[in-house]
Amino acid sequence: MPLLDARDVHGGYGGMNILNGVNMAIEADEIGVIVGPNGAGKSTMLKAVFGLLSVTQGEILLRGEPIHNLPPNKLVQKGMGFIPQEKNVFPSLTVKENLEMGAFLKPQNTRRMLKQIYDFFPPLFDKRHQPAGELSGGQRQMVAMGRALMAEPSLLLLDEPTAGLSPLYMNEIFTQVKQINAAGVGILMVEQNAKQALAIADKGFVLAAGQNRFTDTGAALLADPEVARSFLGG
Amino acid sequence: MNELVFFINNVVIAGSVTGSIYAIGAIGVTLIFSIMRFAHFAHADMMTFGAFMVLLLTMAFPGAGAVVGLPTPVIMLPLAMVLTALLAVGIDKVFYKPLRAHGVKPIVMVIGSLGVTLMLQGLIRLFAGTSGQSLYMAGERKEIYRLALPFEGVRAPIVITEPQVILFVLTIACVVGLHLFLSRSRLGKAMRAMSDNPDLARASGINTNAIVAVTWVIAGGLAAIAGTLLALDVTFKPDLSFFLLLPIFAAAIVGGVGHPYGAIAGGFVVGFAETLAVFNWAVLLRPIAHHFPEWLELPRNLAFVGTEYKIVVPFFILVAILVWRPTGIFKGKVI
Amino acid sequence: MSTQDKQREDLVATPSRFPLREVVLFTALLAAILGIYAMMGAAYSTRMLVEAACYAILALGLTIQWGYAGQFNAGVMGFVALGGYCAMAFSVPVNGAFWDSELPGELARVLLYGAAAAVLVYGATKLDRLGVPKTLRTVIAVVLAVVLYLVVISLLRGVTGEIQSRAGFIGGLGLPAWTGWIVGGALAGAVGYFIGHICLGLRSDYLAIATLGIAEIIKAFLKNSDWLTRGTATVSPLPWPTPGPAELGFTLSRAIYLSITAVIIAVIFFLLHRAYHAPWGRMIRAIRDNEVSAAAMGKDINRRRLEIFVLGCILMGIGGGVLTTFNSLFDPDGYLPLNHTFLVLVMVILGGPGNNLGTLFGAVAVYLIWIMSEPLALALMSLAVHVGDLWFAWEPPRNIESRALQARVFVIGLLITLVLRFAPKGLLPEKVKHHG
Repeated sequence: MPLLDARDVHGGYGGMNILNGVNMAIEADEIGVIVGPNGAGKSTMLKAVFGLLSVTQGEILLRGEPIHNLPPNKLVQKGMGFIPQEKNVFPSLTVKENLEMGAFLKPQNTRRMLKQIYDFFPPLFDKRHQPAGELSGGQRQMVAMGRALMAEPSLLLLDEPTAGLSPLYMNEIFTQVKQINAAGVGILMVEQNAKQALAIADKGFVLAAGQNRFTDTGAALLADPEVARSFLGG
Repeated sequence: MNELVFFINNVVIAGSVTGSIYAIGAIGVTLIFSIMRFAHFAHADMMTFGAFMVLLLTMAFPGAGAVVGLPTPVIMLPLAMVLTALLAVGIDKVFYKPLRAHGVKPIVMVIGSLGVTLMLQGLIRLFAGTSGQSLYMAGERKEIYRLALPFEGVRAPIVITEPQVILFVLTIACVVGLHLFLSRSRLGKAMRAMSDNPDLARASGINTNAIVAVTWVIAGGLAAIAGTLLALDVTFKPDLSFFLLLPIFAAAIVGGVGHPYGAIAGGFVVGFAETLAVFNWAVLLRPIAHHFPEWLELPRNLAFVGTEYKIVVPFFILVAILVWRPTGIFKGKVI
Repeated sequence: MSTQDKQREDLVATPSRFPLREVVLFTALLAAILGIYAMMGAAYSTRMLVEAACYAILALGLTIQWGYAGQFNAGVMGFVALGGYCAMAFSVPVNGAFWDSELPGELARVLLYGAAAAVLVYGATKLDRLGVPKTLRTVIAVVLAVVLYLVVISLLRGVTGEIQSRAGFIGGLGLPAWTGWIVGGALAGAVGYFIGHICLGLRSDYLAIATLGIAEIIKAFLKNSDWLTRGTATVSPLPWPTPGPAELGFTLSRAIYLSITAVIIAVIFFLLHRAYHAPWGRMIRAIRDNEVSAAAMGKDINRRRLEIFVLGCILMGIGGGVLTTFNSLFDPDGYLPLNHTFLVLVMVILGGPGNNLGTLFGAVAVYLIWIMSEPLALALMSLAVHVGDLWFAWEPPRNIESRALQARVFVIGLLITLVLRFAPKGLLPEKVKHHG
């Protein structure tokens, strides 16, 4: 049984459908990457999975259990974590408090998880008493990932984690995503840097106009000349 | 020196008293603002409600305070806080939550809270009448402490009353308690998180409805404290509403909206500004008046505004802060 | 959300439907008025209609601000009181005891000092142009302002005290009342400009807070400036611009006054109708409905907002003047937030914010209910007292009448919350026209 199984998902904002039948399936130990041109519905699909907009048709299953149109806090309880693209930290809370908020539903795990997160992102330990709003973009992204990991999710959703970061940080983020996945967390992420993202992807989904254009392994998509020509800039 | 004692009595003590009351009220307003994003106009009447509950409880159990050696109203305060907190949560459930669920603009919430203000006013005055009543009853009276200063030629003592001492103790307790709650407890941190970024708070699994309820409980409890302290210091007056609201909003905005510590500072700024503005400065100038040239005749009244115009002071502060620094002195989050 | 959308679709689909709702509501209103005439007599009912008409002017002022532009004014009372003060100050006979003494000269001298002090302080704030360091400039300006203020205010206190003890108050100008109405509107507009200028660029809540504050300040000022307004001693009678009851009897004189208010309303109504459908009105609504896109289109948002806020305040000032003159009594304590702010608010949100006809309907209907509820509240209260006496041997408090009226405060509050929740667009909703 796949970890996440989205079948023929339709949905959008205020009666306007942006998703017109998207299919997506990833296994528990896989990285899924959604790429595609602007306006293809990439972020919208991620938000639909996390219950932030209503799914009008089709279904989304988490380990076989239907989850579409459940509110986000229920999904967090079911083991899903979400990192929005912008505003992904609590700026006036310290780094440590930001992380604690991630474990809000499992306070008994806080201490153990804090240690793991600090081990995983050593810079956060040094800055743990600093307000997150004062950190650099890359460090904020670490706080955001750390916050989501505090709840020990089985599936992590990332919305363009490398947007606005310098290439140096970008590579670091991709490495960290791979490490998180290696620790047994399923990943579904939207990325603008399609080539790098597909390089670490087990599954790749190329969306266009709210539908799947290509669905294959990351490597296969990278090798496909048509994908390369239309979506990866040659 | 006597003039200095006069100054201490009329400005330092009086200013701290009003400042504390405004500060406790403003904390509630600012918390509600930071969680629900609207100016809660019914806050002053929630304060009156709390004081009214204390009045009723004191009537019901007169002399209960004698057992522990405190004024009965103070003993009844915790119970009144619980009742006011319940009222606040109930009002939210019945009146504000449906509006929120409709996703209305904040200004519609403001109008809704004005409707709630009127309802509370109507109910309280229906039962309490419109005239002032003392919370001290059944033979209890305000202790007045006179502290004579050990200086030569100082005849006037520093005067402080028992409710004022209680007020200072309670204010410090509130501030420390709030600080510990916001910085140490899980719910307090979640409250700050929601004030920072409500969407991310939801995405972290924080139950935002619970946070809203907690906010009302705290705001209601604090409102009961502020209202009771005010009624203890002077008398219980059911018709203060808008005269309290303006200084409290001014305090919250001065401190930076959504900033609890700022609200405390703002409360004291507004409280002291009020007492300084109505203080008759001629009193302080009188001892040195004989140094002035002949032609300069010192008027008897050198107050900035008469007490009847007290409300001008918070308004002036409000206007000044909105013109020069709308985010408040501590940089509020939402402007 | 969905019901709103549906309503909009209806309106778009049938732009020129038969105004059934309007006809039904106004017919019911007419029937109610006739009923009151039959029950309470012509003199009483005409007075009620004049007052309702005055409230309609206030409500039109608020519907511009809240309905057209989404600005919430929580201090209608202050602007009403300003208009009332001007109506009094212009129409009341000249006070010889004041003008024949040297007091006017004294007062003018103090006011001149005040103006000079203001100029001096303003000059001090510009000292940095002469090379004075900015901090020093600020210190100089503040100290100068404090000292000069204290000097001027103590001089003023002296003069006003003299006026009060020797002449009572400065009296009026003995001009026709309508001059006072116009100046009252202008004064209210000026105060509105001041408040709007500060608050309209900020969060909408701040405007509500500031207007609430300024209303209480205006009232405190009028109430405590005995030399200017006789304060709580009140001024009465105020001459009418039309023949008074002494000449024509109550009913006829009130009917003539009613016709004047009707003309004022008709003029305002016509001008508003024109403005609403002119490009200016469309721009105002565009700003209200979508600030961001209006700003992106290069509209000067704050300028338009200020215009509309001031316009609303002017109407409130005029309405306040007309109302006060009609009551023939200037009593600063008689201006109450409940009667002059929240009642007007209920009229607007119940009638239909942004819809002039709806606002007019709301004003008259709510005022009728309000007036009729007073005897009702008293009757209910005395019943409650009776029951309490009978069952619980409850000894009723003395001020039972004033308490009974508090029940109306509760009802107004409940009405506001209910309308916001269940009929947010009012009984006669604004017709949203979609262009293109």
